[in-house]
Amino acid sequence: MGLIARKLAGLIPVLLAVSALTFLLLNLLPGDPAFAILGPSATHDAVIKLHHQLGLDQPLLVRYGHWLAHVLTGNLGRSYLSSQPVLSAIKERLPVTVELVLLSQFVALLFAVPLGILAGRRPNGILDRVSTGGAFGFLAVPNFVLGVVLVYLFAVRYHLFPATGYTPLTKDPFQNLRSVMLPVITLAMAEIAAYLRLLRSDVITTLQEDYIVMAKAKGLPDRRIMLRHALRPSLFSLVTVAGLNFGRLIGGTFIVEIIFQQPGIGLLSIQSIYGRDYVVVQGTVLLIAVAYVLANFVVDVAYGLIDPRVRHATAG
Amino acid sequence: MRRPADRPGPAPVLDEDLLPGSSETVYLEAVAAVEEETREAEPEAVRGKVGLGTWVCLGWLVLVIVLAAIAGFLPLPDPKRTGLGPVSQGFTGAHPFGLDDLGRDMLSRVIFGARVSLIVGFSSIALGLLVGGALGVVAGYYRGRIEGLIMWAMDVLLAFPALVFALAIVTFMGQSLRNVTIAIAVIAVPPIARLVRSTTLNYAQREFVLAARSLGAKNRRIIAREILPNVVVPAFSFGLIGVALAIVGEGALAFLGLSVRLPTPTWGGMIDEGRTVLQQAPHVSLVPCGVMFVTILALNYLGDTLRAHFDVREGAL
Repeated sequence: MGLIARKLAGLIPVLLAVSALTFLLLNLLPGDPAFAILGPSATHDAVIKLHHQLGLDQPLLVRYGHWLAHVLTGNLGRSYLSSQPVLSAIKERLPVTVELVLLSQFVALLFAVPLGILAGRRPNGILDRVSTGGAFGFLAVPNFVLGVVLVYLFAVRYHLFPATGYTPLTKDPFQNLRSVMLPVITLAMAEIAAYLRLLRSDVITTLQEDYIVMAKAKGLPDRRIMLRHALRPSLFSLVTVAGLNFGRLIGGTFIVEIIFQQPGIGLLSIQSIYGRDYVVVQGTVLLIAVAYVLANFVVDVAYGLIDPRVRHATAG
Repeated sequence: MRRPADRPGPAPVLDEDLLPGSSETVYLEAVAAVEEETREAEPEAVRGKVGLGTWVCLGWLVLVIVLAAIAGFLPLPDPKRTGLGPVSQGFTGAHPFGLDDLGRDMLSRVIFGARVSLIVGFSSIALGLLVGGALGVVAGYYRGRIEGLIMWAMDVLLAFPALVFALAIVTFMGQSLRNVTIAIAVIAVPPIARLVRSTTLNYAQREFVLAARSLGAKNRRIIAREILPNVVVPAFSFGLIGVALAIVGEGALAFLGLSVRLPTPTWGGMIDEGRTVLQQAPHVSLVPCGVMFVTILALNYLGDTLRAHFDVREGAL
């Protein structure tokens, strides 16, 4: 438990730095939100007045302090454009992004785990060559390319799935699934390829261990050796990477949300960037960065829980 | 910079520096796993054998680079000239890649678009290698507090969503080739620094470094003559894959309309523009999609071959 507490304490400076960088990034860059609100023909006096209203005439450090204090009490400010509180805008959009991430990770693991086992079982076999070759190919497809190709195939050529739009789960679960199908596949494809490669190489390594030879010598059937003896020790890096991806993907769904017009965090951020609505951008960037840091932390801790070898090594 | 006066040269790598279960170990293991896998995987790229695949990939890259370089001298229509014909005419002798919805020649646009992709891809990674490489060598060689500080800063940078980071830089600083390059270079620095650091760590404790030190070589000389030559190869092969990632990054920015300003053609921008006519003229989007895919595949393949050839195993600590 001491370990967790120590790691938790280490999180605080990271989170502080992340918040400071978020704030600085959007405040030091040129581009005046006053002009975004008032239009390019705003008079000098009007700009000064608005700066005062928004608190933009105060020194940077003071503004950061104010902002951080507000953030800690859950107040992320209000959008310049729609004057909606940023927190409520995020709350509205977050479920869409989380659904995309969860489903795509589920689909990716669903395909990658059996394929990885089968490919790792017979390295250089037919199945291995086909799947690693395919994975190599898929890793070279940027998600916006895959997204466009999928829209073309499944929405334009054959009207199987809607090209854009999102139906909330609460409204119609079936339509919801249809509406997120293409974005989920787009996100999952690259993950399948990465996970497959990872699991395959770990399975190959594990199968060379002495205890596998022992199990074989005892006459255990292959299937049992694979599922009971080889799979679990082979899963660690996969679990790690999948966990890290979970945090990363919260901020990695932008392109997909735009192609398929899914009203999630990504679409919100992009629209705010276009509108130079930097309070909203600040809020979403902070959310995404914190999610990533926390996912990292959880994986770090969970790693020790899953693998007894790590637990003993760190305890000693 | 802290010069360790009491202990000469880099501190030894202690076991507790690399506790299993820290995200560092996890990362190193993941790298090792990929290296391991790379050596066994694709029949062609195996153990750095230079096969047909390598030549095909190299050929494609050379073709794209040469065409992009001499694009101005080629007998091509101006990529910005509209109204050369209807989009529906398909592939013809005069326009091998067809025309887009504004009647611009697709082949010319693809070739001119390659310029942006290649310039941003190579120069942002060169910049990233320079900065990330320097930080990584310093961190891996001197260890101690400076290493902690550098790697901590890299962790913080990594926490930022890469694309938003780039988007914010380009939106607020202005859409130009320079700013796009800088934005992508900033994203490239942390992973390069981590890789170079772990490679440096590995070499800093080898015998030839010890030998150089016993002969009285100063830290600066050891870094320049003993460490750098060993770090350059893995960093470079990683860099090739980095170029592929940078091209994807530029493509994503262009796709969002936030790379170089229109009407300069870019692959990502062409894919985006073609989306409106996906029904009537799918080639407007799909041709740049295909070109981009093959280019990235070629870069990945060459990067993997190079890594396997030099047997880059920085994770094996």
